[in-house]
Amino acid sequence: MHEMSLCQGVLKILQEQAEIQNYSKVNSVTLEVGELSTAVPESMEMCFDAITRGTLADGAELIIVRTKGEAWCRKCEDLVPVKERFGPCPQCNGVDIELRAGDALRIQELEVD
Amino acid sequence: MCLTCGCGQPGHVHSHDGHDHDHDHDHDHDHDHGHSHGHGHSHDHDHGHSHEHASTMGVTHDADLSTARVVKIEQDILSVNNRHADANRRFLKDRGIFTVNFVSSPGSGKTTLLARTITDMKEKFPFSVVEGDQQTENDAERIRATGAAATQVNTGKGCHLDAHMVGHALEHLDPDAESVLFIENVGNLICPSAFDLGEAHKIVVLSVTEGEDKPLKYPDMFFEADLMILNKVDLLPYLSFDVERCMAYAKQVNPDIRILQLSATAGDGLDEWYEWLSARRDATIAAKNRAN
Repeated sequence: MHEMSLCQGVLKILQEQAEIQNYSKVNSVTLEVGELSTAVPESMEMCFDAITRGTLADGAELIIVRTKGEAWCRKCEDLVPVKERFGPCPQCNGVDIELRAGDALRIQELEVD
Repeated sequence: MCLTCGCGQPGHVHSHDGHDHDHDHDHDHDHDHGHSHGHGHSHDHDHGHSHEHASTMGVTHDADLSTARVVKIEQDILSVNNRHADANRRFLKDRGIFTVNFVSSPGSGKTTLLARTITDMKEKFPFSVVEGDQQTENDAERIRATGAAATQVNTGKGCHLDAHMVGHALEHLDPDAESVLFIENVGNLICPSAFDLGEAHKIVVLSVTEGEDKPLKYPDMFFEADLMILNKVDLLPYLSFDVERCMAYAKQVNPDIRILQLSATAGDGLDEWYEWLSARRDATIAAKNRAN
């Protein structure tokens, strides 16, 4: 259940940014959660709801943007879609691939008051 | 209380050296948060609706909605943890403390390996240990029996150690300069992979009583580790574990991973492990002396 820790990280960033960006309430948070990242979106939603109660983000909507896994296959010399972080290339079935996208866990933007 | 975060919590860490009876107290602080605000449900629903219609209707439900704006952040969710990890790493580097973070499933023999290592090597250099478990002080007690200082961190509902907890543990443990610090993570092959604690190396311990395809099933952990210790090899004659295949799987996920085969109880392969440890401790101290 490390989504709880991840959401604690999100809340901490919201609180820090509140001073920098001068807001007192967060209405929505857009998170990029890559399909190959270590977080499960449903758990993120549940934890976010629990951890933001009584904070500046109480009741804020969590918008999760899923990004697909994409890797560079050295054999094909091509960007290929991947379903597993270290899974084989769907074109040549080789494993000499380097993940390029889909593992991000990132706050993209907020709607604030 | 907390130098890095100013969180004011003595929390997380339960005791330094012994048998304090404060466990319950310390813990309550950490979790105060979620409990006292039990009225949150209705908020969620009100919210979503008011946004959609507000601007087109010209009349807003919320008086302050007109001040709503979008703020771009683009910040990694783990950045807070990583900041704590960087602070831990600086603390350790300044003191020439070589630090490893042991990760594995429960029951791979981490604590046995740590206790054996300390017993065999404590004449050569000092050790201290941060023990992470969901609950109990048992592992820290096993380590203290070897003569090394140990701090137990109980994560409660948490499934991993994070850098903030380890920062507090370091304050309590106050490890000697030029010592070796072992951090034994919570037995879990998934969650601890995401959390940098400030260690020099992650070591993943896999025992031959487990499945040889664990590197493929839990690839994140094997990708993050620099060294894989294949433990309990004295039991191989009684098992159908294919060592070569297991190592090939680990290399598939992480071509640079180094692999040592050993038995913490029977003693096979320990010399090579001790060489690995000694060489890196020497390098850590040399780096500190160069910096000063």
